[in-house]
Amino acid sequence: MSLDLMKEKGVGLDEQKFNWRDIAGVPTSKLDSDAFTRVRIILMNGIESEALRFQHACARMNKELQLALARVRRIEQHQQTTVNWLLPADLSPLETTIGFEQVAIEVTASVAEHEPDPYLAQVYRFGLLEDFDHMYRFSALMDRVTGCDANNILQSYTDILPGRPTAVEHRAPEDDLREHYDRKKAALISKLNAATIMAGEHQTHDYYMTIGPMFADPIARQLYAEIASIEEQHVTQYESIIDPEETWLEKWLMHEASEIYNYYCCLQYESHPKVKAIWQRFLDYELGHFHYVLDLFKKFEKRDPAEIIPESLPEPIEYRSHREFVRKTLSEEVDLRARKTQFIDKDDEGADSPSVVYREQMNSKGSPSETVAAGYQWKPGTELAEETPDIKKLQTKVA
Amino acid sequence: METNEMDVLSDSKQEILGNRTGIMTNPELSIEMIEGAKKTVPSSQGDATEMAAVKAEYIEEGVPIGSSPVMVEVSEDGESVGKFDGLAVLLDKLGERLAFERQGTRLYEAFLQKCQSLNLDDASGPSVEDLRHICEEELEHFHLLQNAITALGGDATVQTPSADVAGVLSHGVMQVVSDPRTTIPQTLQAMLTAELVDNDGWQMLQDLAAELGQDDLEEQCRRAYEEEQEHLEKVRDWLTSMTMDEVSGPTDEVDASEEEEDTRQKRSAKASSRSRKTKSSSASKSKKKKKR
Repeated sequence: MSLDLMKEKGVGLDEQKFNWRDIAGVPTSKLDSDAFTRVRIILMNGIESEALRFQHACARMNKELQLALARVRRIEQHQQTTVNWLLPADLSPLETTIGFEQVAIEVTASVAEHEPDPYLAQVYRFGLLEDFDHMYRFSALMDRVTGCDANNILQSYTDILPGRPTAVEHRAPEDDLREHYDRKKAALISKLNAATIMAGEHQTHDYYMTIGPMFADPIARQLYAEIASIEEQHVTQYESIIDPEETWLEKWLMHEASEIYNYYCCLQYESHPKVKAIWQRFLDYELGHFHYVLDLFKKFEKRDPAEIIPESLPEPIEYRSHREFVRKTLSEEVDLRARKTQFIDKDDEGADSPSVVYREQMNSKGSPSETVAAGYQWKPGTELAEETPDIKKLQTKVA
Repeated sequence: METNEMDVLSDSKQEILGNRTGIMTNPELSIEMIEGAKKTVPSSQGDATEMAAVKAEYIEEGVPIGSSPVMVEVSEDGESVGKFDGLAVLLDKLGERLAFERQGTRLYEAFLQKCQSLNLDDASGPSVEDLRHICEEELEHFHLLQNAITALGGDATVQTPSADVAGVLSHGVMQVVSDPRTTIPQTLQAMLTAELVDNDGWQMLQDLAAELGQDDLEEQCRRAYEEEQEHLEKVRDWLTSMTMDEVSGPTDEVDASEEEEDTRQKRSAKASSRSRKTKSSSASKSKKKKKR
């Protein structure tokens, strides 16, 4: 990747300015924008949300960093707002949910494909198949409750198929923790991947917790409650792969590097001119944050930042359909379950294992994810639609 | 406007590459997706009716959205107010109309602002004066209802159960009208939805007042209903005319030939026949236009 973190200084903090008109700009179009533009907006909202979350936690534990954190955090707040406000008003909470799951599938698939550590790659594939199933359940909900087609949002990039059934994703807490990477040995890409996916999952959890009660339909309320619980498990999983021995400043620096990396990735793939300009602007802002934190790192830790951050960033996340990779993973790993930090076959779980006992309790009065998708098979235009001649001809045309 | 803002706006116009939501946008990806779905067995048996049993459990619990307020025994001026059978229902429905008229005033204000911002000069659509007039009548209806509720010993600031349901129903109307990206015909579609509901609401209120022997209220409702019928007719007529204009394609202001005048009159007659009670013809208001 061509961006040199140490040479590129970006925009200084004092020059990073906003106004309300600028923050609440013209949104993207639900109908005309590419699905991956929406995917990037949703992910970057999650990345900025994680920046705020981390910086607040850091401030509560580090008196001497509070002012510096407050300065950077104010900018992150406005960056997050600018990005999130790119979503239009006609995008319903359920449609946005489909967008969130598309992020979880396509971004996690790209990360899993490029993760050099085999164990971490396995962790990502494990989570991927669960979010993949959430897409299927939410699509069924959308079809059967609102009469809408989730593919209007997905634009055929992402499958709507059952994954690892959500009903069996409920695990005891001890089976959600994973081994963490070693901060001294792990590649930068491994650290950036973990930061990215953790941020995305955390925001997904928070979003479902916010919008779940807004639905009137009891099945919708149950399904959001159920899947929000899995997203909480995912946050537990992904935050546990990050080395807890990293210092506060090391973590802060890594967060800023992750933000740079992600804005840069977005910039490489963005086709929407207005949104692309925002990625470029915020990439420059993040470079400014990075160098600001770099100075703090040198001052407080008296260490060479090169110990933890190489000059150049790894290859970008690929914003494209990962259908083949996801289907291959599905066929090979759908029956995996977790026992403590390791992955096992479902036949090895045992009826008295903590996760099975917990799962049976949670599903003891029915499973919303099973109920909503009973016999569900996605087809264009919803399950109520007839197969029109144009769709029949599509295969011939493509062939 | 600052230069960078103009750049951003012009960039967003470049986004117009067409609607991407359909299956034909990415044919190859769509085929992969369709074939994959056809080959995959659903993870559980059954169909959409499985959801009914779960919903039934909640319905059977019989918990309402909320309740009607406790009645006030005296009116604002201290006079005692008599209770009568059906008063609670009447106050609930009066509260519903009150909420609707109050929101209706805001909807027309927003619509008016949109038309003014667009500097609209389309004779098929509403004029600023038309909208201002309707807006004023919506406000008058709101005040009428405030006074009617108070006179009956009710509290006009209460959100009754029917008012709450009406608010949920009209949420989409408000979203469409207040969205700066929606066009005038799209906004009119939302207003038509509101006016159709409002017309039936006033008619029901008038019937209810008559049934309960509230003669003064019945008369007030009758007058309001008449005004609302006019609103509905106007909105329906504007929407029909503007939609028909869209079908006709872009037009220029030139002298119209007799043939074109005939066509327009036929179109107007067609539009009028769609209206239950059309008082004015869109053709009579239309500018002279020529199809490009």
